[in-house]
Amino acid sequence: MAEIFQKLQLYFSYPFVWYALIVGLLIALCSSLLGVTLVLKRFSYIGDGLSHVAFGAMAVAGIFGLTNNNYIVIPMTVISAILLLRTGQNAKINGDAAIAMISVGALAIGYLLMNKFPSSANISGDVCTTLFGSTSILTLRQDDVILCVVMSVIVIAAFLLFYHKIFAVTFDENFVRASGVRANVYNLVIAIITALIIVLAMNLVGSLLISALIIFPALSAMRVFRSFKSVIICSAIVSVVCAGSGIFISILSGTPVGSTIVAADIAVFLIFCIISLFIRRKA
Amino acid sequence: MSGQRGTPQLICEDLSLGYDGETVAENINFTVCEGNYLCILGENGSGKSTLIKTLLGLKKPIGGEIKHCGGIKQGDIGYLPQQTAVQKDFPASVREIVYSGCIAKCGLRPFYSKAEKALADEMMGKLGITELSRRCYRELSGGQQQRVLLARALCAAQKMLLLDEPVTGLDPKAQADMYELISTLNNEGITVIMVSHDFAAATHYASHILHIGAHTQLYYGTTEGYLESGVGTAFAERAVSENG
Ligand SMILES: Nc1ncnc2c1ncn2[C@@H]1O[C@H](COP(=O)(O)OP(=O)(O)OP(=O)(O)O)[C@@H](O)[C@H]1O
Ligand SMILES: [Mg+2]
Repeated sequence: MAEIFQKLQLYFSYPFVWYALIVGLLIALCSSLLGVTLVLKRFSYIGDGLSHVAFGAMAVAGIFGLTNNNYIVIPMTVISAILLLRTGQNAKINGDAAIAMISVGALAIGYLLMNKFPSSANISGDVCTTLFGSTSILTLRQDDVILCVVMSVIVIAAFLLFYHKIFAVTFDENFVRASGVRANVYNLVIAIITALIIVLAMNLVGSLLISALIIFPALSAMRVFRSFKSVIICSAIVSVVCAGSGIFISILSGTPVGSTIVAADIAVFLIFCIISLFIRRKA
Repeated sequence: MSGQRGTPQLICEDLSLGYDGETVAENINFTVCEGNYLCILGENGSGKSTLIKTLLGLKKPIGGEIKHCGGIKQGDIGYLPQQTAVQKDFPASVREIVYSGCIAKCGLRPFYSKAEKALADEMMGKLGITELSRRCYRELSGGQQQRVLLARALCAAQKMLLLDEPVTGLDPKAQADMYELISTLNNEGITVIMVSHDFAAATHYASHILHIGAHTQLYYGTTEGYLESGVGTAFAERAVSENG
């Protein structure tokens, strides 16, 4: 025990470990906030689709050799989020197919570009990193951290400002429109926040595991809690705790950060399922 | 037309309804005045829900015109939707849902004001669901759920209510309670437009009837006139033979 403690103490004397922890916890918090809405609006897969777009955008950014990929990735992902939402509304191509199309298309083009214009010698290593998250988010530089903190603040602030609207639009969009509120504006807000969260979370868990980060805490919380507010608060706590413990475990045992966090999320989900069985039996 | 009293609030002229250019019903003409209780009757698929959605501005009419007057604007209509399955697993407390009726009132303000909360609490009291306010919506009975949605609609608008089959899926006792409740609200001066399959209840409570047949309007006028016209009797006989 003392040994582990010493090891941690050593690690935490380095600033980059703190960066990783700060970034990890903020991303976990942000991604859990919208998870509930996305699950309930049957948008679970928009997260997946957008993350593939972000993957493609990263490949494009790699070609230009930018110092910070985010300047290309963020706008492209936000634009795709808005487009996906549009196609969801006009019924020419239904939302489901549109998401599949954009997501697989971006994945293919992205991989193609990465192979054609390799930015480093180790292509499969690069691809693996973008798909499953950096083997360590311990390589974050200070400007990555600042960008992440700024975006998290934007996401959290937007969520708090629009909380009641997001609830109303999620629960019954037609009612909101009928009472004269422009529901589409709030759908747009949801899409943009989602896109920002996805770009953020790419760093932590990679594009294949993002849906897990967004959805598991929400599903866990929905097992046990019964009001929207309590579900949101619970899923935020679950997500932050899982991310924190995932990062610690991966530091101590050298496992990949992203999948360790998701494993923790899955474990909590199973625990919450069992708890919900007991609650139901008592009721 | 006989039996019209009060100022007109909603006038539909030569309305055609439908989806993607395909007409579901046309030549719909009626006027709703303050304090009216209009019941919309018709078979499954005749376009009742479509009419409701058009009146609410959720979709555009294919042709014709809807005029709002007498102090009613587009957002001044409270809406009780025909039940949808999407919300079956939705975690939401009764209070959260009723408060969301005030969404249009609070504009860009990020939270509900004291007055809006008080209004919501008052509506919950009026519909007898105050004790349920902390309960989870999806764990309530069908009748209780309808009351919650009605309270939400009343928070959104106190002049006019649009109800799409408010009693479907309720047991007879709950149905009767719901009809009484709606009737009480109507007597307090709220204009009611209700879609129904229930001929007996419609003709018992409503002041006016709009009957939509295949593709066109079969009757619009007072309930007395409807009972005397042939349209009503045919539908009534069908309803009786179907129900028992
Ligand atoms: N979203 C839609 N897109 C295209 N057609 C639709 C849509 N919704 C309904 N319809 C069609 O419009 C017609 C009228 O439907 P509507 O829901 O208005 O009927 P209704 O009178 O409310 O029936 P019910 O009594 O079963 O509720 C039906 O033929 C239906 O198939
Ligand atoms: Mg209907």
